[in-house]
Order: sequence, then structure tokens, then C-alpha cells
Amino acid sequence: MEALAISLVNAVPLLAGVPLWTVTLLLMVVVAAVILVFALTFEGVGSLVLRKVAGDIQARIGPNRVGPNGMLQFLADGVKLVLKEDLIPASADRLLFKLAPYFAFVGSFAAFVVVPFGVGLIAADLNIGIYYVMAVTSLVVIGVLLAGWSSNNKWALLGGMRAAAQIVSYEIPVGMALIPAVLIAGSLSLQDIVRSQGGLLGIFGWNLFHNPFTFFSFFLYFTAAQAETNQTPFDLPEAESELVSGYNVEYSGIRFGLFFLSEFGDMFIVAALATACFLGGWNVPYFNAGALPWIWGNLLSLGVFLTKAFTMVLIMMWVRWTLPRLRVDQLMRMAWKYLVPLTFVNLLGVSLWLLVFQGKGIPGMIASLFG
Amino acid sequence: MTTRSNALPTQEMTINMGPQHPSTHGVLRVILTTDGEVVTRAVPDVGYLHRGLEKIGERVTYAQFMPFTDRLDYLAAMNCNCAWAWAVEKLAKIEVPERAEFLRVIVSELNRISSHLIAFGSYTADMGAFTPFLYAIREREQVNDLFEMLCGNRLTYNYARVGGVSGDAPPGFLEKTKEFLDYFEPKLDEYNNLISYNKIFVHRLANVAVIPAEEAVAYGLTGPNLRGSGVFFDLRKDEPYSVYPKFDFKVCVGTGERGTLGDCFDRYMVRINEMRESIKIVRQAVAQIPDGPVLAKVPRVFKPPVGETYFRSECPRGETGIYLISDGSVNPYRLKIRTGSFVSMNIFEKITRGLMIADIVAVIGSFDIILPEIDR
Amino acid sequence: MPRHKAKGNRLEAQAIFDTLKGKFGDAVVELQGEGYSPAFVVVAAAAVKEVSRFLKEDPNLSFDVLMCLSGVDYKEKFAVAYHLHSLKHRHAIGLKAMLPRENPSLPTVDDVWPAANFNEREAFDLFGIVFEGSKDLRRILLPPDWEGHPLRKDYKYPDFYHGIKV
Repeated sequence: MEALAISLVNAVPLLAGVPLWTVTLLLMVVVAAVILVFALTFEGVGSLVLRKVAGDIQARIGPNRVGPNGMLQFLADGVKLVLKEDLIPASADRLLFKLAPYFAFVGSFAAFVVVPFGVGLIAADLNIGIYYVMAVTSLVVIGVLLAGWSSNNKWALLGGMRAAAQIVSYEIPVGMALIPAVLIAGSLSLQDIVRSQGGLLGIFGWNLFHNPFTFFSFFLYFTAAQAETNQTPFDLPEAESELVSGYNVEYSGIRFGLFFLSEFGDMFIVAALATACFLGGWNVPYFNAGALPWIWGNLLSLGVFLTKAFTMVLIMMWVRWTLPRLRVDQLMRMAWKYLVPLTFVNLLGVSLWLLVFQGKGIPGMIASLFG
Repeated sequence: MTTRSNALPTQEMTINMGPQHPSTHGVLRVILTTDGEVVTRAVPDVGYLHRGLEKIGERVTYAQFMPFTDRLDYLAAMNCNCAWAWAVEKLAKIEVPERAEFLRVIVSELNRISSHLIAFGSYTADMGAFTPFLYAIREREQVNDLFEMLCGNRLTYNYARVGGVSGDAPPGFLEKTKEFLDYFEPKLDEYNNLISYNKIFVHRLANVAVIPAEEAVAYGLTGPNLRGSGVFFDLRKDEPYSVYPKFDFKVCVGTGERGTLGDCFDRYMVRINEMRESIKIVRQAVAQIPDGPVLAKVPRVFKPPVGETYFRSECPRGETGIYLISDGSVNPYRLKIRTGSFVSMNIFEKITRGLMIADIVAVIGSFDIILPEIDR
Repeated sequence: MPRHKAKGNRLEAQAIFDTLKGKFGDAVVELQGEGYSPAFVVVAAAAVKEVSRFLKEDPNLSFDVLMCLSGVDYKEKFAVAYHLHSLKHRHAIGLKAMLPRENPSLPTVDDVWPAANFNEREAFDLFGIVFEGSKDLRRILLPPDWEGHPLRKDYKYPDFYHGIKV
């Protein structure tokens, strides 16, 4: 960001008198606004796509009244939520009740800044990228727990407790399953991880095909991430048919909207991380996007990245509408007895592989056979 | 559970799974006392839909009571209509024309299919798989279309009459019924592939709320709930009425295939298998139906002889028994309707001890209760 | 699980009545056969529990299913009608106990057939018949603070309930 600020000041003589930190700050705000717009648009359109995909799977049409083929439904929903009465239950804890949605939304939105959208398109290329994402998405737990507690409603409390247990338990497999990608790239920064999958191997440069352990850890990551984002089969905290919408039962209007949006935001983060760490990120196969002029290279890599990420989101929605829901003890058993040991074994496997084969993956070894 | 002496004191939570709840299949209130997620006591509180049907029965005539039986179990309205008609005919010893009996059996079995479809769909929706519910509704729409062709109504049919049925099948009805059966039969395998044997679904249902056969009999369970515990008793085979002796079908019984005999999964599979048997019955009925009148001559002012009778018929949710006392006047003297769902709630408190809250939903769904039947 | 496929021997109502009369003597009052289907054995109210237990446990009778339990208001007296069925022998019988109109009460049968509990609660709720020894006798269909028993023939509809005009 500093570099960008410096180049901007050099390019525009008008800003010569302004101190650098102001320009940097302004630039940060602009970038954050752009990402916010993207996030909100994705979250809105995502909710619409969810309903249309649900309709397709369930032999019905889905929303089709507002706009051509129902495409403006999310705008109508947004306007409706904003205009709703702001209800706070009389015996609820007012401060915590109002605070909870913000925790959830910030937790999901703050992770957007390290998502590598393209060759040069990343809001902040932190050198602790993955570590930062893991830390910041944990804020969602606090939000959900606060919501469940402050609603002063037994059903909300049950939902909040379940959510806390579930999200905290599944953070371990999620983190552990991402570490193989970090080990292969040798860096926590997401841009480095993506760049390590580029090169002449094309699709086979992806971490997914690097060695059997990373292949396996992709599926472990995806399963654990489905649980992190409260999607069926792990949607206990908001199980409609049991807890009557769980922790957000007392929320209405835009407060509910924030919870709702943060759910889709989390889905995108998870899909983006999966794409970046396992599916090659913004790498165009057999092509060096950095060689193109700045704008075309970025647009191309952005397109590739978004295609991959949206495909992963669609798969998450597909699984959501197909499978039934796990009971809470089965869910915890799955996390602690199955996913955690498996991810540890996986991690060990990847470490040993990298040690034995000096960091080369299977496609790399095959390619070096042929020169 | 051991507690240290200086541990935080814990208290059991009393939660109201209130009359308005997405999973209680109506206005059922269950008062849960839970220790965290584990339920220590679940007491059902019924009566939110009590409309005094039995008192109403004492003020209207036998023919006028027919629409009230529709509202007794609205998902299996044809079955309840026919049960009332059969009860009154048993009391008054009225001879029903054979074509009418065949039509009654056809509509009863079609309604059994559509009622079990709702049971299947809403059960899977309660378990979190929202998709099969929509497929069940799609199939049910076709049955509703058939009924609309027959009697003009899609939910509360008022089709049977004392002495027969209200109208003959219009031309094309029997062919459309056959088409529907041909379309629907492979769908059952599709549902089994999609959800019935899905590992998560089986884990939610197997070994939950096991009811051994002796207890099922002692607590008065009937219908698929009883057969799910392994008891071979089906009123259509063991105390046949109407023209059921002419049809060849199996009695579907739970086999403990994915858990213990008598758990929720068995009761669920009994309903799926019963749909298959109903298809068989309707096929045979459509093939064998004779021509003839559809309504016997019953006097306008209908006064059955003095006496008491108890007639029971196999409705999708259990045995619907009608205890009818007549004192020779145009209105029944006493009318008691014993429904499968009401008696199923007897055992509810006993089998839900120690289950988790998610399992309570599974149990309610496996009993396939419907509140108008419980509350009358 | 044994298949209950008509392995026992069906008894007729008269035979069942004779067995009961032989065992309980005067407690068994009469057999209502003509015009009643199934036939009813009328017993004295106080003997209901012993007769029920015998009906359930005797191997020739083995009435293990309580099909229905209803209260009836014959204008001069109340009655509780039990409909019983045997899964083993496939026969059915009715049992009736006549009760006076003032303070109608009789022993409960919910320790013989647990299925009786909800039905007895309904009879209590709608008729006011008290079942002595019942493990749980509360109103079931009507609100707990309702006054009166609606299915009685002399029931007067209340004008107000909690201030709402009924």
C-alpha cells in the first residue's frame, strides 16, 4: 500500500504537498470501500443464487418476480430488511444484543483484505496471510455467542452454545488442513502460496495434485470449512426445524441482515482460501499473467480466480441442499475423533514427503523425468 | 455425572417446544426439561385444536357429519370419510354396491400414498434435508389432481356417503390413475437412493427411541408405529373390511435393518414400503373394478336401529376406531373417535427420556402425528 | 418376533361371559349382545380392575390390546366402555361399567393396559369420571381451568371464559 501511495504521489503532482501517511490512509479507505462493495454485492447475489440453486435442485423455480428472472430479488430483500422495525426484546441485554451482529460481520469482512484476487490485486499482502485469516474469522464465534446469550431466549441460547462449540472445534481441522499448502510454498502469505502453484506445469502445478496428502487435505479442508460456515450438514446453530433459527431468532431488520450477509461472506472466504491454497488461485494454466500489461493481466487473473471461487461456492450450496443435518454429538464426534486426527496424520505425511522428495510434487517428478 | 463440591451449581432448563414450532406437525406443545442438550423429561400438552367434534356429532345427522370427518385428519381425509361411512353402515346393516366399495378402496389407498408422502417429506425436512419434501409435494400434487377430477376437492373431500360414494369416477379417471402409478413407482427407489439410506440420515434415526413389540402393544400403538416394532398386524389383512380380501399385498413390518428393531428408522421404512404396497392394491383395484351403481338407496330421513357398534379401519396414522351409539333418532347418541395419533402420544413421555433435543424432533416425526386427530 | 397369524382360538362373546361369570360371580352383571357389536359384558364398577387383569392375563382370553376407552352418558347414569382385542386369539369383547351420575368414579386400568392413561384423562376431562389410582389424572383437551364437563348431556355452555364471550 505504501508503494502504491508513493507511486500515486509521484504520478499526480497535486498531491506533492500532502504527507505520505494521509495518502496511504486515503488509499486504504478507498480499497476497503471497493472490497466492501464487492463483498456486499457477492453476499447479496449469493443469497439469490442460493435460492435459485435450491429451486433447481428441488424441482421448482425460485424467485422470479423481481427483475428479469428474479435477479433483483436481493435488492428487494435488502430494502425490506433496512425498512423493518428495529425490535429489541424487552428483557434482552441491549448493548450485547446490538454489538453481536457487528462482531459477526467484521469477523467475516476483515478476512477479505488478504484474499488474492489477481496478480496485483490484493488489498494487503500480509506476510502472515493465513494466520491472519484464521485469527480474524474467530471473531464470528464471539458474535454468535453474544447473540445467543443476549437475546434472553432459551432457543437462542441453545443455538449460540451449539455454534460456539461447533465453530471452535472445527477451526482446528481447518487450520491444520491449510498448513500443507503453507509448507509447500514456504510462506504464510497468500500471494506466495498462489505464485508457488504457477509455472510450466499448468493445472498440475496446483497443490491439489502435488502429493496424495495435499489431495486428501483439500477434502478435509472443505468438510471442515462447511462446518465453519454453518452450512448443512453442519447447520445446527441455525437449524430451522429444531431451534427455530437458533441464535438469530430474536433479530430482525438489518441486524438480522448482517448475520445473514456474514454467512455468505464466510462462504466466499472459505472458497477463496480453498482456491488460493489448493486450486492454483489466479494462475492461468500455461500462461504467465504477469507478462501482460497491468490491466489485462489483472483482469484475466481476476476472472480465473473468481471462476474457481464461485465454483467452490456452488458446490457448497449443492451439498447444503442435498444432505440432512448431523446431530450435535455426532458433529462433535466427527470433529474430534475423525477430522482432527486425520489432519494431524496428513500434516505429518506432507512434512515427511517434503523432506524425502526435497519439496517436489508428483507432477514435478514426472515432468523432470521427461526433462 | 459427578460434580465436584465447589463446582458451579447447575440447573435443569425448562424449554417450551411451543404450540408454534416448525417441527411439531401442528399445534403440539412439548414441555422439555433439559440438562444442556439432553432431555430429562418431555411432557406433551395437547388440546390446542380441540373443536368438540364428538359433541358436534351429537347434534348433526349421520350424513351431515361426513364433512367433519374430513377435518379429523386432513391429510388422509378419504380414509376418515370412508371410516365413518363404514361405521354407520355396520350399525344400520346397509349393503353397499360393489363399485362403490372399489372406489372407496382406490381413494383410500391413494390417500394413504399422499399421506405417507407428506410424512416422508416433512420428516426429512425436519432432519435438515429440505429437498425430498419438495419432491414429495410434487408427487402429491398429482394425487390431488386425481381427487379433484373425482370429487372436486384437493384436501377435504367429503367423498364417501352413507351407502356408497357421492359420484362415479369420470371417464379417464382410471387411466390417469394408472399413469400416475407407473410414474410414481420408480420414484420410491429414487427416494431411497437419495435420502433413506444416506449415512447421516440413518445415523439420525437408527437406535433412537426403540419401542419393543410388547410395549408397543401395551401402550396401544397402531398402524405403522406398531408394525415398525415388528408386530404383524394390519387391519386390512387381519380384520378385513370392504373389498380388501380381494387384493393381494404384503404387510410391511420393521426389520431392524439399520439399528434396533422398533427404532425410528423402522417406522420410517414401514411407511416407505407401505406406499409400494398401496400402489399394488390400487393397480389391482383399477383392474378388477366392476360396473354398477355407486350409491345404495338410503332413506332421506335416516334412522338406524338402536344399538352400539365399534368399527375400526386402517388409516395411514394408525387405527381409526369409531364407537357409535344410536338411539334410533336422526342424530347419533354418542360418537367416540379413537385415533392412532392420540394413543401414540401415550408413550411419548416414556421413550423420550435421555434423548437429545434433536432426537425429540426425530421421534415426533417418526410417529407421524397430526394434531386434529389428537385433539378432535 | 412371533407372527400373530390367527394361531389361537377365537372365543364367542357368550363363552367369554360365561368364563367371567364363573370366576367373578355377581360382579359380572349381564351380557349385552343383541344390537351390540362387539358384545358388552357389564361389570360392577368396583370390580373393573380385577376383571381387566384377568382378561389380560388368562391364556385363553389374553386381551392384550385396549382398543378404546370411552365415557358414555346414558341419561340416568354414566358408563365407561372398554373395547378389548386379543392379538393372539383374534377375538374382541366390550366391557362396560355403569356409574351413578353423582361422583362417578371407578378404579383405573392404566397399570393393566398403559394405553388407558390418555383415554382416561379424556373421559375425566369431558365427563368428569374420576379414575381412582390413576398415575396422572389431569384435564387433557381443555384448558386446566375450564369449568364443567362438556360431553355430559346436561352441560350448559359457559357465557364467558377469562372475560372473553364464548
